[in-house]
Amino acid sequence: MSETRQPVIEVGGATVRFQAETALDNVDFRMFAGEVHSLMGENGAGKSTLIKGITGALHLDSGTIMLDGAPANFAGPAEAQHAGVRTVYQEIDLLPNLTVAENIMLGREPRRWWGIDWKAMQREAAAVLDELGLDIDPGTLLGTHSLAVQQLVAIARAVSGELRVLVLDEPTSSLDTDEVAELFRIIRELKDRGVAILFISHFLDQVYEICDRVTVLRNGHLVGEYLTRELLRIDLVQKMLGRSTEELVLLPRAEVDVESEPAILETRALSSSRVSDITLVLAEGEVLGFAGLLGSGRTELARLLTGIDRADGGSVILDGKNVAPGSPHRAIGLGLTYSSENRRTEGIIAELTVAENITLALQAQRGIFRRMRQSRQRELAASWIEALGIRPASTELRAGVLSGGNQQKVLLARLLALAPRVLVLDEPTRGIDIGAKVEVQRLVGELAENGMSVVFISAELEEVLRVSSRVMLLRDGRAIETVPSDQLTVDTLLAMIAKPDDGS
Amino acid sequence: MKTIVQHRLFWPIAALIVLIIVNTIARPSFISITVQNGQLYGPLIDILRNSAPLMLVALGMTLVIATRGIDLSVGAIMAVSGAVALTIIQGSSDPNGLGTVLIAIVAGVLVALVLGVWNGFLVSVVGIQPIIATLVLMLAGRGIALLITGGFITTINSEPYRFMAQGYVFGFPFALYVSVAAVVVVSLIERRTALGVLTEAVGINPEASRLAGVRSRGIIWAAYAVSGLLAGLAGILYSSNIMAADANAAGLYIELDAILAVVLGGTSLMGGKFSLAGTVVGVFTIQTLKSTITFLGVPPAVSPLFLAIVVVIVVLVQSQRLRDVSNRISQSLRNRRANSEVAS
Amino acid sequence: MTMTKPAVAPNPVASAVQKFLSRRGSWVPVFAALLILIIMFVGAQAYFGNFLTPRVISSLLLDNAYLLILAVGMTFVILTGGIDLSVGAVMAFTGMLGASLLRDGSPVTVVVPVMLLVGAALGLGVGILVQYFGVQPFIASLAAMFAARGLAFMVSLSSIRVEEPAILWLQGTRIQAAPGSWFITPTGILALLVVVIGTLVLAYTRFGRTIYAIGGNEQSARLMGLPVVRTKLLAYTISGLCAGLAGVVFTAYTGASYPLNGIGTELDTIAAVVIGGTLLTGGSGYVLGSMIGVFVYGAIKSVISFLGAEQSWTRITIGGLLLVFVVVQRVIVARSSRR
Repeated sequence: MSETRQPVIEVGGATVRFQAETALDNVDFRMFAGEVHSLMGENGAGKSTLIKGITGALHLDSGTIMLDGAPANFAGPAEAQHAGVRTVYQEIDLLPNLTVAENIMLGREPRRWWGIDWKAMQREAAAVLDELGLDIDPGTLLGTHSLAVQQLVAIARAVSGELRVLVLDEPTSSLDTDEVAELFRIIRELKDRGVAILFISHFLDQVYEICDRVTVLRNGHLVGEYLTRELLRIDLVQKMLGRSTEELVLLPRAEVDVESEPAILETRALSSSRVSDITLVLAEGEVLGFAGLLGSGRTELARLLTGIDRADGGSVILDGKNVAPGSPHRAIGLGLTYSSENRRTEGIIAELTVAENITLALQAQRGIFRRMRQSRQRELAASWIEALGIRPASTELRAGVLSGGNQQKVLLARLLALAPRVLVLDEPTRGIDIGAKVEVQRLVGELAENGMSVVFISAELEEVLRVSSRVMLLRDGRAIETVPSDQLTVDTLLAMIAKPDDGS
Repeated sequence: MKTIVQHRLFWPIAALIVLIIVNTIARPSFISITVQNGQLYGPLIDILRNSAPLMLVALGMTLVIATRGIDLSVGAIMAVSGAVALTIIQGSSDPNGLGTVLIAIVAGVLVALVLGVWNGFLVSVVGIQPIIATLVLMLAGRGIALLITGGFITTINSEPYRFMAQGYVFGFPFALYVSVAAVVVVSLIERRTALGVLTEAVGINPEASRLAGVRSRGIIWAAYAVSGLLAGLAGILYSSNIMAADANAAGLYIELDAILAVVLGGTSLMGGKFSLAGTVVGVFTIQTLKSTITFLGVPPAVSPLFLAIVVVIVVLVQSQRLRDVSNRISQSLRNRRANSEVAS
Repeated sequence: MTMTKPAVAPNPVASAVQKFLSRRGSWVPVFAALLILIIMFVGAQAYFGNFLTPRVISSLLLDNAYLLILAVGMTFVILTGGIDLSVGAVMAFTGMLGASLLRDGSPVTVVVPVMLLVGAALGLGVGILVQYFGVQPFIASLAAMFAARGLAFMVSLSSIRVEEPAILWLQGTRIQAAPGSWFITPTGILALLVVVIGTLVLAYTRFGRTIYAIGGNEQSARLMGLPVVRTKLLAYTISGLCAGLAGVVFTAYTGASYPLNGIGTELDTIAAVVIGGTLLTGGSGYVLGSMIGVFVYGAIKSVISFLGAEQSWTRITIGGLLLVFVVVQRVIVARSSRR
């Protein structure tokens, strides 16, 4: 692919390290004027780090960034904005308590000797909105508008003044079809004006609809830069998810005949703001995998099942009876347990000891007055430490000092100590080393063999296939289909995930 | 040696010891204890006795702070409980009767408990910021106390009531026993039941605790209720000391003293892990400080200035310390990375 | 074209209301306060018969001029999402300082600026603690409150009379339209002037708009390149300055300075500002609203003295009203965030 034009933004050999972790490793990246470029990759691929580098929110440990051929080492986001590199974030960083006009003009308000000229500000803001073809009343408070409109105002703010690069971070997550269409119209308008646009989204269809070029990152490395019209969807997905090189060890996988085994957990038409109309069946002693890309609703569904979030409609049925897991406390009481993908913020309580972490949920169920004796606590914790191979094997260490893999095991022990009916594990092997990964996978297999029902969520498709007896495919908040894993290979699963939306 | 220095209580206790030593050098009579009629007297005994109200309030404040909250109404609650108790005694036919006094005390403490439950309701159920929720009672509480006393400073003459703050048992002030009992009971409740560790979990990471099934609403509510109860008891002691219910002066500024005691004892204002023992040391430190200020001839009305200075210093040191610690950590990591790069 | 206009309302009144709300929604709490004030006036007049007289209304302003000045400064701080608990004590301290300097013979032209500067300096101190040392605003201002209270007693343990004619003139002179009619004193004019300046600054200067921005979303304001640090420091300094000015006015009002002045005044101020429609979370509110809040406070005080009831009922009523406003604010916030 030869390009004679000079790119607007050119990043060479970008490397960023956070303490022990390498977020970006020698990544090249470039954007051309008048093009919409998409940056793709799963969680932890390095997307947000690269974006922060481009927009001046972060300094590269090594590597160069060029803007229009000249070195651009922005001291901070303000400088980058001044140079024409502006971002519209997913959490709109505007001021909801001020008017649309003010938000557009803040920092550059027209002034007279006695102060801000409000009339002129309204006029200028209206002019900007008009130019983009937006019918928004500049005198209204920003907070009274929907997120979609607020986003358009954010773009209007970015546009007023010389704009070279516009970064759109997950702009369509909360938009409906009409709003997306309107956004795309604006994007095309800006394209015609020669702005370089970076479009970050996990919605494959949208990426293919609006983007000219796509760069794929994986685990901090550059996989490649491609033109969207030359790249098949399935190839894109494969590049994002990759094939792991580890040996596929044969693990005990619970052979469950779903027809004959009683269903321990079912849902009917379960819906919330993020998922719609989910009907699933989990048999006793089965491992059911959730597969799908980021944003497909896997985590959201898991949280509905275990009472973390509330459903808007539909029902959850446990052992044939309708239940309402309205809160984590109630769900745990019913035997539905959840291990969060955000180990650090929603799982481990860093300053408490390993023993306290392991016995926390059990203690919470027993209530305040039935306190477990210290010795009993330590005993219980020690037995789980041994059973799961947690290292260092100490009950009194602060849980925050353990490695990721061991922290995950502590979380697992916390749930297992409850003797639950259903275990919902969300990305349990993310960010842990290979050895620990395999251990956790083996544990899940053993648990299922002994009658535990498990929901296993992972972005790594081999893992899902290896561990689960059936795989449920999710896309855009809907359950597409559920297939026994011995009828699937990684390639066929990839193809199912990548299948274009047929307007369903 | 290293483990001793790194112990959480090392610096608070060290500061207290230094303070005592400095005082003793300045006035050797500081540590002298005399015996009269089988009762102990002396500046140290005064500190033990006078610190009782602050001890009670600071214990409650520790729990509230552990849940990431604050209770600004403790002074006002003290005023109310004193007003209730004294009004009952004044209006009764037998002010010297033990029964009357007991009823008065129980009533005062119960009203204080209700006020604490009210605070807890605003914070844990309605979801109002703790500062504002307790500010309301701080505002209205003294007014309520004044209403109960009819606008006057009610005074009484009741021997059993006087005994609370001014009496002696086995040579030691009765107030000290109340103090000790409170420390023991609260510690037992926090550490023998699961309340302590669940409170810490809620304070350290509310969301992770919620996901683990901890019912934070009840825990937060309980913290404010206990704070109110203890403040009520403190109010009884205070009014017993002056044998009057002074709605404006009761517990004035005790909120700051309590917050300072908690912070001095090593509990972070951000919530989470708390130390009742640390608070005890903090209370004694503050009381000794006050005694020092009085000895220096500073009028008690001016003493808030010095306490304010101490608060500022402590807060600065804590924030500076956090920054230094984080700097050191990142520095050593940078060194380690540099070393490993050199090696590879 | 975008679908930003709300769905067509069935009747013109509803659409007019909707349009008003979307443009001026943050004025609604202020109107609520105004409504309460009007209801109180009407009710009191109906009950007492001689409440709505020029004399009583004029006294409303003059008796609460100091609170009005404090409320303007507090509005700035609360708009940024902070709080200043020291204003009552700073008012007392600057009052004591001024009275003592006057007694020792310093000219009033020096004393008044000193009082203002001292107030501003204490406010700046709180701002520095909050901004540079990350201390929570209520702890920083609580410490300042105690420091100022102690300093006030250090000046003198008892009250100091003020004989300075210039100060006494501020309160003593009455500018009257006609005998028995409306009147105003220089302190009243001063207070109204402060209100006007405060309103203009917040509405027409970049500094004022930055204050609103910080209260709306400090992170966003910083990302937008606004001078957040400087603005927050200035907000606390203004609060301290107002406390200093209130010290002048209150000293003129009582003809003396007393170290126990202003105990609880910070709470009255916060209550007045919140009742006047300013959200404690910051970003929404107006100086005019705070003024209405002060008049509500004053009216409650007047009604209670008319009733001959204990003055302590004032604080209780204010506390109750404050609670109602805070709960309503909370319910509105909860409902909009669920959307």
